[in-house]
Amino acid sequence: MTTDIVPEKKNTYTINLGPQHPAAHGVLRLILEMDGEVIERADPHIGLLHRGTEKLIENKTYLQAIPYFDRLDYVGTMNQEHAFALAVEKLLRIEAPLRAQYIRVLFAELGRLLNHVLSITTGVLDIGGITPALWGFEERERMMEFYERVCGARLHANYFRPGGVHQDLPDGLLEDMAKFVENFKKFIDDTETLLTENRIFKQRLVDVGIVTKQEALDWSFSGPMLRASGVAWDLRKSQPYDVYDQMEFDVPVGTTGDCYARYLVRMEEMRQSCRIMEQAIAQMPEGLVLADDHKISPPRRADMKNSMEALIHHFKLYTEGYHVPAGETYSVVEAPKGEFGVYLVSDGSNKPYRCHIRAPGFAHLQGLDFMSRGHMLADVVAIIGSLDIVFGEIDR
Amino acid sequence: MTEETANQGETGILTDAERRLAAVEKHVAAVYGKVLLKHEIALGELCFTVRRDALRDLINFLKTDDKCACQQLSNLSGADYPDRAERFDIVYNLLSLTHNHRIRVIVMVGENETVDSVTDLYQGAGWYEREVWDLYGVPFKNHPDMRRILTDYGFEGHPLRKDFPLTGFVEIRYDEEKQRIVQEPVELTQDYRNFDFISPWEGMTTVQLPGDEKAVKQKVGAK
Repeated sequence: MTTDIVPEKKNTYTINLGPQHPAAHGVLRLILEMDGEVIERADPHIGLLHRGTEKLIENKTYLQAIPYFDRLDYVGTMNQEHAFALAVEKLLRIEAPLRAQYIRVLFAELGRLLNHVLSITTGVLDIGGITPALWGFEERERMMEFYERVCGARLHANYFRPGGVHQDLPDGLLEDMAKFVENFKKFIDDTETLLTENRIFKQRLVDVGIVTKQEALDWSFSGPMLRASGVAWDLRKSQPYDVYDQMEFDVPVGTTGDCYARYLVRMEEMRQSCRIMEQAIAQMPEGLVLADDHKISPPRRADMKNSMEALIHHFKLYTEGYHVPAGETYSVVEAPKGEFGVYLVSDGSNKPYRCHIRAPGFAHLQGLDFMSRGHMLADVVAIIGSLDIVFGEIDR
Repeated sequence: MTEETANQGETGILTDAERRLAAVEKHVAAVYGKVLLKHEIALGELCFTVRRDALRDLINFLKTDDKCACQQLSNLSGADYPDRAERFDIVYNLLSLTHNHRIRVIVMVGENETVDSVTDLYQGAGWYEREVWDLYGVPFKNHPDMRRILTDYGFEGHPLRKDFPLTGFVEIRYDEEKQRIVQEPVELTQDYRNFDFISPWEGMTTVQLPGDEKAVKQKVGAK
């Protein structure tokens, strides 16, 4: 801008959105600098749900740390436990038995369904469509029943363990899950007929919040946010963990990088998750579900009644816990929202020395500013919906 | 973990991925050998510890060099080792999508010292650096917006430092009389209990338990 042109004095004003707002998906406080109806700058204030998870984990044993991972992204909880379990397994240099790996993949994909159903349907709710949310929550309820049957809790599972999973699947669960997956495909089809070609829905999403390939990389985006921008990257394919390398599935990639592309990617991912779940159910091997090493995994209840050693192991594991050899690792999983990583440092004691949690939503919310500039206020709501943010994991 | 054995993986047999990482390690060490304090592949993960003044150079190299090509900063975090002279570690986890590898860069920094910001190399570093500032109190030079991020407005101290107590210093409540939130010193009905799990049966040599001093005194007296 040359100096002789007097810049037009802009009449911007600031509005405060949140921290309690139904479209903020939790406790997001947004300071918006507006020029009329147009966003000039968006400054998200986060941390209103900060609970010091990382500090707490530093003061708990490895086993006691697992429940904290449920309370991060409380929508698809087992996926986070997965990352921590993999990190500890890496430091302990152990591997989960094959059956446990299959169970974990099965429930990680169920977690993806749980997450995407919530993300898509509440995203639609934000922009005025109520029906998908009503349908979606019914399906979520069914899925959480599977959570309940396998671990006793509907939400905060505390089911994955370093070295496997806590307990074996109850009888009949696999058959019921197979039936559910069959019916769930119908739900995806129904939702798609309602949304994908819906004129109003497309008007709200197409060309809104465009993220280019380069921007997605620069801003540390991952998961559906990265794939919708045309980057074919899925950790389940590129850096497979557990038995994902045995599974056959496709990675949907968007082309436009707008909110609509992100919706389409999530929709297709649900179909692929169904495929993986079907394979996991069909191939489910017999065997142990927890590493057969009583220095790490607790003995069976029945053994404790007869074996003195089992009793001692049980006592030691639930008071002191196990010691993890010194070392550090950054272990990641493809959580429903993107790359969920755990940077774990062990000093050889029974508690993590440092456990940094890399939450995908943290990076995505950071991009809200550049994504919403130049858009209308109502578009910010659509963008937040498509970011798929949950404050449990962002604020930690 | 500096022994040669750590580089060989657990079995001594290198996988393809480890061999490729080892090539990258060699490649980077050839260029930046002088400023690297340490480089190793442990547990299949490549990690460079670099001098603070060369941090930006190295990260820029890792981003732009063809053999490294780390397009993305996956994670940035801190860690506190209060016994060290430079007590903080700042840890950068970089990811290459084209070569499918991860590289970790660690830089050490003391209290009241700054680290160069990498926000111009990776825009996504902005909030991560704010988080490190908030939780560890390490400021970043040339960061566009160095505000706190996770803790409450007006919070004092840096809670992830090891000398910050788990229970914190203040608690807040709504005061009916003043009609606003007030801060008060933390009052716990029971002290926070932190068991150390040191067992007298497992080679405990450097720690004294209550009563041990009598045994020592007797010994001195017997002499």
